Amino acid sequence: MNRIDKLFQDKKERVLNVYFTAGYPQLNDTTTILEALETSGADLIEIGIPYSDPIADGPTIQESNGVALENGMTLKVLFNQLKGIRDKVSVPIVLMGYVNPIVQFGVENFCAKCEEVGVDAVILPDLPMFEYLEIYKPMFEKHGLYNIFLITPQTSEARIRQIDENSNGFIYMVSSASTTGAKTSISLDQSDYFARVKNMNLKNPTLIGFGISNAETFDKACENANGAIIGSAFIKAISEEGNLEEKISGFVRSVIG
Amino acid sequence: MKIQVDERGYYGNFGGAFIPEMLYPNIEELRENYEQIVQAPDFQKQFNHLLRDFVGRPTPLYLAERLSEKYGAEIYLKREDLCHTGAHKVNNTVGQILLAQKLGKQKVIAETGAGQHGVATATVCALMGIECIVYMGEVDMARQKPNVERMRILGAEVRPATSGSKTLKDATNEAMRHWINNPTDTHYIIGSVVGPHPYPEMVARFQSVISKEIKAQLLEKKGKENPDYVIACVGGGSNAAGAFYHYYNEEDVQLVAVEAAGLGNHTGESAATTVLGKPGILHGSKTLLMQTEDGQVVEPYSISAGLDYPGIGPVHAHLFETGRAKFYSVTDEEAMKAGVLLSRTEGIIPAVESAHAFAALNQMTFNSSDVVVINLSGRGDKDLETYIKWGKY
Repeated sequence: MNRIDKLFQDKKERVLNVYFTAGYPQLNDTTTILEALETSGADLIEIGIPYSDPIADGPTIQESNGVALENGMTLKVLFNQLKGIRDKVSVPIVLMGYVNPIVQFGVENFCAKCEEVGVDAVILPDLPMFEYLEIYKPMFEKHGLYNIFLITPQTSEARIRQIDENSNGFIYMVSSASTTGAKTSISLDQSDYFARVKNMNLKNPTLIGFGISNAETFDKACENANGAIIGSAFIKAISEEGNLEEKISGFVRSVIG
Repeated sequence: MKIQVDERGYYGNFGGAFIPEMLYPNIEELRENYEQIVQAPDFQKQFNHLLRDFVGRPTPLYLAERLSEKYGAEIYLKREDLCHTGAHKVNNTVGQILLAQKLGKQKVIAETGAGQHGVATATVCALMGIECIVYMGEVDMARQKPNVERMRILGAEVRPATSGSKTLKDATNEAMRHWINNPTDTHYIIGSVVGPHPYPEMVARFQSVISKEIKAQLLEKKGKENPDYVIACVGGGSNAAGAFYHYYNEEDVQLVAVEAAGLGNHTGESAATTVLGKPGILHGSKTLLMQTEDGQVVEPYSISAGLDYPGIGPVHAHLFETGRAKFYSVTDEEAMKAGVLLSRTEGIIPAVESAHAFAALNQMTFNSSDVVVINLSGRGDKDLETYIKWGKY
């Protein structure tokens, strides 16, 4: 059973998914961050594959991508770091990235490596659904990899249904029309959208991301979905001075109490 | 083999719409509506009226006699340099601003490299009284100051792109991010035949007036529509797409695309995408792309800011892959020399971008009966600083 399905079978609310950029702040922080996040109480961890042109991301994640690339992070390096990670970390791991580096690595090869190291799912925001269905899906399925789709307040009901039909694991609900880290709160006008999606009774669990930055926004998101995703706020937290593990546990504690 | 776009936005192996879900409704709205809007008689009427009375079309097809003598062929220049604002870019912005109005958009954003597309966008926004924001790399803003001020005089806000390498690629990223954050009231006027479907085909269609006019003008002058060669420079490739469009499927016409080789294709300082690129995905389409082996986009180099782009429109990637167009690349030095040669033989100072197309003549051989059309995409006023800095005239 995919670790993500197991997670949502056991835990249906207040699921915390934390994003960090591989290779940031230091090239070899990956396993330290993964272990500290799990110990601190993250239920699911999203590792960002740095890219030169991350168009869905705001300044914080862009900057972390730039630093990570300068540090020498590549997919090869990342997969090497993740070798043996399943001896240390048991929460589901999702890779998030843009499609071009995956294409250059080789999609089949990428999927095989994911399976080998124990990655459970992938989020590729710029991969169109039909490209996924026609070209990527057989390779993903062969290697037990889930593809996570995004929906936004502008996504039509018909398309949400179609996405739900083709999804495994969970659906990533983008909270508002924005890039990552652009907003630091959840506003009232989003509640219509949250309610609309809730009433659709989708077969997949939902996690809300974009604009989730602290306990208040996390709680608010959890009222409307199975949990939430924090990215930019976490990157900011680990950018500050101090011991990395302490910063991580401090941040997670501040969010989930 | 017919050169045309399919319903998924592909030209052969290249194209598509690789965009985040946040932009899906915008792109769908465009895709579903643009053909119908553009084909409607009232749109065509307005578009043609503006092209004639505002842009100054048709632009002349001029027989360059002294240049013809030098290269031993009959060389015609398509005078896009005489368009209002100084280049072909305005053909597309006139079309897109009308489209934006029909779609009920109140705001317009654009990206710009050298500032030509930015100026052309600011111009049509001023014309229509629409709010305009242009993203421009911080580095480009510093080296293209006059165009920054032109945009400001026209009432546009110029926002510096401060991410990445702070040039055209990053200005495009910032414009796309702006669109993600403002999806409902804003239209994004992309300046070249790049981006997610339907942009490449839409921009090419607005630019196709160039080859439509060439056909009519050649028919009048020579009694036949087809020349032996059509030559154009390619950065993203909008002027080339416009000059090639009605000749895509006329096999007797040799299409010639000229890329910028910067300091030379083996120096690491080049923008010749078909020489140095591999298939990849940038700004929403699959195309040829200059990138590292890990798939990170590489910053190109050319003396010409308008050719300084790491990708190429998907239609050009297809023309290259199928061999339908022949590609040449030309160094900074060769282009500058060709610019001075055109100035002195024909009394026309070309944009440095367009000068690349002329430099390719040195790499080609002609029969004396060959009819050659070169798309003179822009004038050199904006490049005076570049000519002065180069200094060898």
